[in-house]
Amino acid sequence: MARSVTTRRKAFNTAVAWAIGLLIFFPILWTILTSFKTEAQAIADPPVFLFFDWTLENYGVVMERSNYAKFLWNSIAIAGGSTLLGVLIAVPAAWSMAFVPSKRTKDILMWMLSTKMLPAVGVLYPIYLVFIKLGLLDTKFGLIVVLMLINLPIIVWMLYTYFREIPGEILEAARMDGAGLKEEIIHVLTPMALPGIASTVLLNLILAWNEAFWTLNLTAAQAAPLTAFIASYSSPEGLFFAKLSAASTMAIAPILILGWFSQKQLVRGLTFGAVK
Amino acid sequence: MGRIVLEKVVKRFGQAEVIPPLDLTIEDGEFTVFVGPSGCGKSTLLRLIAGLEDVSSGRIVIDGTDATELAPAKRGLAMVFQSYALYPHMTVRRNIAFPMKMAGMDQAEQDRRIAKAAEALNLTDYLDRKPGQLSGGQRQRVAIGRAIVREPQAFLFDEPLSNLDAALRVGMRLEISELHKRLNTTMIYVTHDQVEAMTMADKIVVLRAGHIEQVGSPLDLYRTPRNLFVAGFIGSPRMNFIDGAEAAKHGAHTIGIRPEHMEVSSTSGLWKGRVGVAEHLGSDTFIHVHDTGLAETMTIRVDGEVDLHHGDTVYMTPREEMLHRFDAQGLRMAEVGVPA
Repeated sequence: MARSVTTRRKAFNTAVAWAIGLLIFFPILWTILTSFKTEAQAIADPPVFLFFDWTLENYGVVMERSNYAKFLWNSIAIAGGSTLLGVLIAVPAAWSMAFVPSKRTKDILMWMLSTKMLPAVGVLYPIYLVFIKLGLLDTKFGLIVVLMLINLPIIVWMLYTYFREIPGEILEAARMDGAGLKEEIIHVLTPMALPGIASTVLLNLILAWNEAFWTLNLTAAQAAPLTAFIASYSSPEGLFFAKLSAASTMAIAPILILGWFSQKQLVRGLTFGAVK
Repeated sequence: MGRIVLEKVVKRFGQAEVIPPLDLTIEDGEFTVFVGPSGCGKSTLLRLIAGLEDVSSGRIVIDGTDATELAPAKRGLAMVFQSYALYPHMTVRRNIAFPMKMAGMDQAEQDRRIAKAAEALNLTDYLDRKPGQLSGGQRQRVAIGRAIVREPQAFLFDEPLSNLDAALRVGMRLEISELHKRLNTTMIYVTHDQVEAMTMADKIVVLRAGHIEQVGSPLDLYRTPRNLFVAGFIGSPRMNFIDGAEAAKHGAHTIGIRPEHMEVSSTSGLWKGRVGVAEHLGSDTFIHVHDTGLAETMTIRVDGEVDLHHGDTVYMTPREEMLHRFDAQGLRMAEVGVPA
């Protein structure tokens, strides 16, 4: 009796989980479906769901009209570069906060987090002016630096949390065993923190890839990533939903595929330390 | 070899002085146990010797060399941690090899030492497993193996058995004692368990609030505790203490008598009381006696066969020669005709 109740409950929970999952995924699914419709079908009323004339025409037009490869490369360079730079800066910072904390460590962590509470638009002017002065407007380097700074608090916090999970005694054991700081980091700390570092990198790649505010405001043609590529199809003079959808699908596909393959890693990393 | 001398060693954390100036000599080959209640500074003292904490002042001399400023690895010491501190991403073999790899030892010698240690510790079948696949006792043995292969001048053990269950603890206690007999290397062992201290040590250092209360062989401490603290800490069950008139009869402020040093009778004796709880261990019975008018509860240790129950009247007579006398400062008083 108890068993059947459990089973029924399980089925209910599964159904609810699927419903929520589909609800969240629906806009993406709709975008992908729309990208295979003609412009007329895209705005058809009532909307068509699966039974329409599937076409690749939109993709052809988009590829013809814009240089997808260049946008893609810019996205890879900006997301990858800002993540790499962020991790390089955050690893030593998180290491020192986790293993040699001072009285102010908690304050520093909170202060770093507080920068995320500021609306980005609040600092657009100063940063824009700095970019003009330094000649960084519409450069990949400038965007790499800005996105790195924007996401640095998250990277430091995540790494700090992972490092804190590594028992200090193991690092002390390494020291007793003759490991210097370098060997300690290479042979003990990094391998043990690797799952954490990997999920930090992954999450940061996703955040940087999808970052639109700064990429749209600080780039024009040269350094524009895929977010700008999508934006170029949302023109006010005409509604080209199918083409916009095709562009969006092309923009999100790489990161979606990356996320799909690494979801196990990502979930483990994000819930690390939550359950002992 | 492994003679360790601490000279006026002081450790402060901020304003708090956790180890006041402390002198101690640990002879080569000696099994020394630091024992004391939690927070007494025993682990801190061990970490100072290991080099994991810096001394605030004073000197640590290992084998005639001033090691005060030396990095942990340069002191020739190996440490076994309470949590074992194994490298979870490495196999048992790589865990044991790690200190040798760090020392740049050649592979053949590494393999030889690993094989030897694994055999001595019954780990040969587990060399290719990771620590996560081992039981607590096996992990502890890996930690010991990692310490042995370095052939250190001294081993440091920081409460190595406290994560094991009771049965395993007794077994590992024996193994470590046997290891000491075999290697004849200096060992310093930290524990809060006075039974471990008594059974393993050549020399016990009793610590309280960073101070050394007494240093001596287990039986020295048992027979002639220097003060009330040591008298109460060493020995299980605890020594009974009696103040007031009864103590004054012996010319002392406090007298102490161990539970095993009293004659028990149900008909006559010096002190009378009522049986509270009787703990039957089989071989022995510990009887907690109330209403003696001497102390709140007195504990006596009697033969397992003795038939006493809750509420029974019981008479106790201390063995006169086993009485310990303490003055108002809690210090041991000289026995009649014998200096303290």
